[in-house]
Amino acid sequence: MNTPAHLKWPDNADCTAVPYSVFNSQEVYDLEQQKLYNGPTWNYLAAADELPEKGSFKSTYIGDTPVVVTRGQDDEFYAWVNRCAHRGAEICRERHGKSEDGAFTCVYHQWAYDAKGDLHGIPFQRGLAGKGGMPKDFDKKQHGLRKVRLANYHGVLFGTFSEQTPDIESYMGEDVSHHLKRIMNRPIEILGHTRQSIAGNWKFYSENTKDPYHASLLHLFHATFGLYRSSQKGESIINNDFHSVLWASSGTESESALDDMKKDKLRTLQTGEYALQDPSLLAGQQEFDDGVTLVILSLFPSLVMQQIQNTLAFRQILPKSKDEFELVWTYFGYKDDSEELRNIRLKQFNLIGPGGFISMEDGESTELCQNAIVRDGAYTNVIQMAGKEAKGDDHLVTEGLIRGLWKGYREIMDF
Amino acid sequence: MTSNAISLELKGEVEDLLNAYTQCIDDDDLENWPDFFTEKCLYRVIPRENHEMDLPTAVMWCDSKGMLQDRITALRHANIYQVQWYRHITSNPRILSVDGDTIKVQSNYAVFKTCNDGESTVYNVGRYVDVIVREDGVLKFKERSAIYDTHRITTLMVIPI
Repeated sequence: MNTPAHLKWPDNADCTAVPYSVFNSQEVYDLEQQKLYNGPTWNYLAAADELPEKGSFKSTYIGDTPVVVTRGQDDEFYAWVNRCAHRGAEICRERHGKSEDGAFTCVYHQWAYDAKGDLHGIPFQRGLAGKGGMPKDFDKKQHGLRKVRLANYHGVLFGTFSEQTPDIESYMGEDVSHHLKRIMNRPIEILGHTRQSIAGNWKFYSENTKDPYHASLLHLFHATFGLYRSSQKGESIINNDFHSVLWASSGTESESALDDMKKDKLRTLQTGEYALQDPSLLAGQQEFDDGVTLVILSLFPSLVMQQIQNTLAFRQILPKSKDEFELVWTYFGYKDDSEELRNIRLKQFNLIGPGGFISMEDGESTELCQNAIVRDGAYTNVIQMAGKEAKGDDHLVTEGLIRGLWKGYREIMDF
Repeated sequence: MTSNAISLELKGEVEDLLNAYTQCIDDDDLENWPDFFTEKCLYRVIPRENHEMDLPTAVMWCDSKGMLQDRITALRHANIYQVQWYRHITSNPRILSVDGDTIKVQSNYAVFKTCNDGESTVYNVGRYVDVIVREDGVLKFKERSAIYDTHRITTLMVIPI
């Protein structure tokens, strides 16, 4: 066990109770950077379509380590830590772009690297007029950038620092990889990005994306207009403890489940009280044969991939400190979208993102939790909806996936 | 048309519209906010990075007055967020062109946000790019794009810019 002294997991809590100090400790945060983000995890880097040409690059992060993803002259993808091997300066200072000559040059002393991160050029390596220069035995091959192992899985690029990380498909598990492939079933078209800065611990957001219990209770827009209710047909699935898939089909509620919700007199059931003035917002198309209208795929620790109605997006979780993370949304459609379907997507993006009718509260809920746990780190939460086990279910009235998250977390963190 | 040929009266009218719009939001008079637009309209709050990459995704994207009203209905009755107020500072309004009753205008804005903790922060900074038309004698927005530089939105965006 390698648990910080302040982090007291209650006896027999297993994965049903988490001490709050896990969300509010610099020590835990630093250990996560070491054991999770630098450890055996695959981290979302980019959609391959964000790097459309040889020489394309994108700056991003694995955890809080700055990383650049590139497309080499050989059309392969590479990634490396954005830190010059010479004196530690940031090499790539743009969010994305294209290197015309395929070189990546540090501005400080112009050490130049290729897309793979190998060092090619050092100014004045042999000195000037016989003066200065690097030692004769200096070997450029020994001074490349810190490289990231990269996997391109059906057009989604992932990176890991660890050689111990299993291959990407084994890491995901059967259902997660199935649902990723279901969405990435044909060439995608990137439609844009938004970024959110949220003043909460990143794990509160991880919990949120594995929590179908809150979906119909916090997100009232969602429920009020019948887009999603906990009584809808759906499933919660766990793969390898901390990855998960939630799916639901709209218009599949059972009468008895709906009656139970009415008995609870939830805010949720203000159905019909507020009709949309412009219902075109919800006039979507059934674009998947399986009738599924909602998928929240959570690949721990950094990716949430979603289909909500006709909206498709990657959400990248980037921890910044113990009480701040950035959420980067990348929205997409398919290259063969009709103009009509593309417009439906653009309109339905009102549902998601930082101003999304049904997702804006997720940042809010994270901050609600963070604000309240700054003291009493030994106190714990309660994660017992639908039992005490870390398992999926054939319904959405469960916290089983959150229990899976903590089971996997405690194992990888050795807490 | 050069700026010399734009009448002071029109400039004054355009500035009145821009100021009335921001005061409507800052005074929490949001039920009247859709009336600044024509029935068929385009209102977008779009990150500068998307705009520059020619990517269409916006944080808010409304193409009818009905959608603008729905934004306010959701804000009042559905969405959950902490109490917050905006204060817009707008500047540098410039009429780019006048073509009959269609006026293109660009201006700068900064929105300060104040929540219950009492701290005012710079929340969103950018530029408005507008297509304004005259409808029954009154100037209205046919298109209003708030293209924002502050490409990391703090927590969420519920009140329109």
